[in-house]
Amino acid sequence: MTEKVLMKNAEAPDSHRIDTYETAGGYHALATVLRDYQPDELIKLIKDSNLRGRGGAGFATGVKWGFVPKDPALKKYLCCNADEGEPGTFKDRAIMEKDPHQMIEGMILCAYAIGAETAYIYIRGEYTLSVQRLEAALKEAYDKRYLGQRIIGSNVSLDIYVHRGAGAYICGEETALLESIEGRRGQPKLKPPFPAIEGLYASPTVINNVETLACLPHIVCRGAEWFRKIGPEKSPGPKLYCLSGHVRKPGLYELPMGIPLRELVEKHAGGARPGRKIKAVIPGGVSAPMIPESDLNVCMDFESLAAADTMLGSAGVIVIDDNDCIVRVATRIIEFFAHESCGKCTPCREGLSCAVKILRRLENGEGREGDLEQLDFLCDGIFGNSFCALGDGAAWGLRRALQIFRDEFIYHVEKRECPFH
Amino acid sequence: MTAVSATEFMTEDMRREIKEIIKRYPKRRSAIMPSLFLAQEEHGYLPDEVLLEVAGVLDVPEIWVYEIATFYTMFNTEPVGRFHIKLCTNVSCLLLEAGSLLPHLEKRLGITCGGTTDDGLFTLSIVECLGSCGTAPVMQINKTYYENLSTQRIDQILDELKAQASGAHRTIQSRDDGQEGVPA
Repeated sequence: MTEKVLMKNAEAPDSHRIDTYETAGGYHALATVLRDYQPDELIKLIKDSNLRGRGGAGFATGVKWGFVPKDPALKKYLCCNADEGEPGTFKDRAIMEKDPHQMIEGMILCAYAIGAETAYIYIRGEYTLSVQRLEAALKEAYDKRYLGQRIIGSNVSLDIYVHRGAGAYICGEETALLESIEGRRGQPKLKPPFPAIEGLYASPTVINNVETLACLPHIVCRGAEWFRKIGPEKSPGPKLYCLSGHVRKPGLYELPMGIPLRELVEKHAGGARPGRKIKAVIPGGVSAPMIPESDLNVCMDFESLAAADTMLGSAGVIVIDDNDCIVRVATRIIEFFAHESCGKCTPCREGLSCAVKILRRLENGEGREGDLEQLDFLCDGIFGNSFCALGDGAAWGLRRALQIFRDEFIYHVEKRECPFH
Repeated sequence: MTAVSATEFMTEDMRREIKEIIKRYPKRRSAIMPSLFLAQEEHGYLPDEVLLEVAGVLDVPEIWVYEIATFYTMFNTEPVGRFHIKLCTNVSCLLLEAGSLLPHLEKRLGITCGGTTDDGLFTLSIVECLGSCGTAPVMQINKTYYENLSTQRIDQILDELKAQASGAHRTIQSRDDGQEGVPA
């Protein structure tokens, strides 16, 4: 049985309340840091832990913090990216609903490290219970002097505000998120300048994911070496995996980074439903290309999945069995990306809507000769030419589906029907 | 600054609350989204008059408010029913046959997707992933998540909401606690 770290309090009654959190050792890390650590020492600790961002890109958290200028005259901001919108993903919601103080303590630690006195939680608008829980938790933290002026008697101050998103997936992209907080349409901005230099209100800004922040108190309390020993050294730590689709036991699983995907799907999530076989698995939300059943031995860490031409992404694992149609799934995924394209760049905006038309045609039994080549052409045109990762992710996933399951696509063109529906 | 006084579209309380929201940000433009949520909570949707009022209270150009109200899908610029049903049809829900739930809802409500029932009770929309994939298929009605859906379960939910609308003993607020859905 693996020790639970991020979800250790989740089953406790009133797990979201500060009393539960403190009883389990919560806010001990904050007291330790304020007493024993200079900001630079905290950044070094997080660098030493090899913690990598849990939002999708997997960038080294301590390195990101290190980019923020040290000039005390500069105002700095911290933004928590709680805009969890990657289809197949529901881990940040679990943290915010069940144990929000973990993330809040993580935010205070990060703000201290980078010298921010104002922080925003950008949370997707649909998560109403999470918003309630966060607002209640923030109030509890203010009442206990963990937030506000002179935190627990130190010279450190921090205010945290909740900013609700309003249904735009693109706002999970960090520059679009900042635009949205500034009161504009969520459209990505050109990098550089990177947010660490010029982010929110043109000030140095760190944007960290909910789960990333939730790891921080544990690293402070138990050390970088402890953290590094959980899972692979380059991608270590406890990890929340979201299992959905055609498995017997869908749900959230906390297990070490780097466990084999097969073990996750077959042992923990109970494998395929009775009488069915797994056909494909999307390992990291729909931005991550699917892999065939034969590749399930891959390990769930950044490097291993990259080597398998996919990614860990948000660890939203979606299982597709042999009774469903890859063309139908690919169509729905590209419909999603076309709908959520912010409209800023042509390859993504026009390319994806064009791909949707072709895919719908295939699935409706109206496929034409040359359709698959046209899809290949569109993928090549979108990938690498989109302004942000939305278009790239969409095209990458479609391209891999076309490569791996070419026969299924060809069947739709040649027979002009879907064998499954 | 516009004078603080109540109008048909903006109560004194809302004006006061918006002025509190402004303090959270160094720039007033940032207060547009939270102010629109506040206004939508009050009116159910955001008619042009409300957008103009919000711009006035925030003292920002009207176009700034308009672009936010029309870019973000959670802001309704058209009226919606008392119960706004948002059915997720993204991949995890699709795999568990959310596709068959949409025609069922349309048939039960007598409307097509995007429409509102004549009595103004229900609006039906499909939405992208609601972040509840482990308990798919899922829909959100106002603020509440309904998970592990089946056609029978949907019938039961619709009947409950109709009963609630006709009886005075349960208010919308009492169901709007978002408590139904907690993942894992």
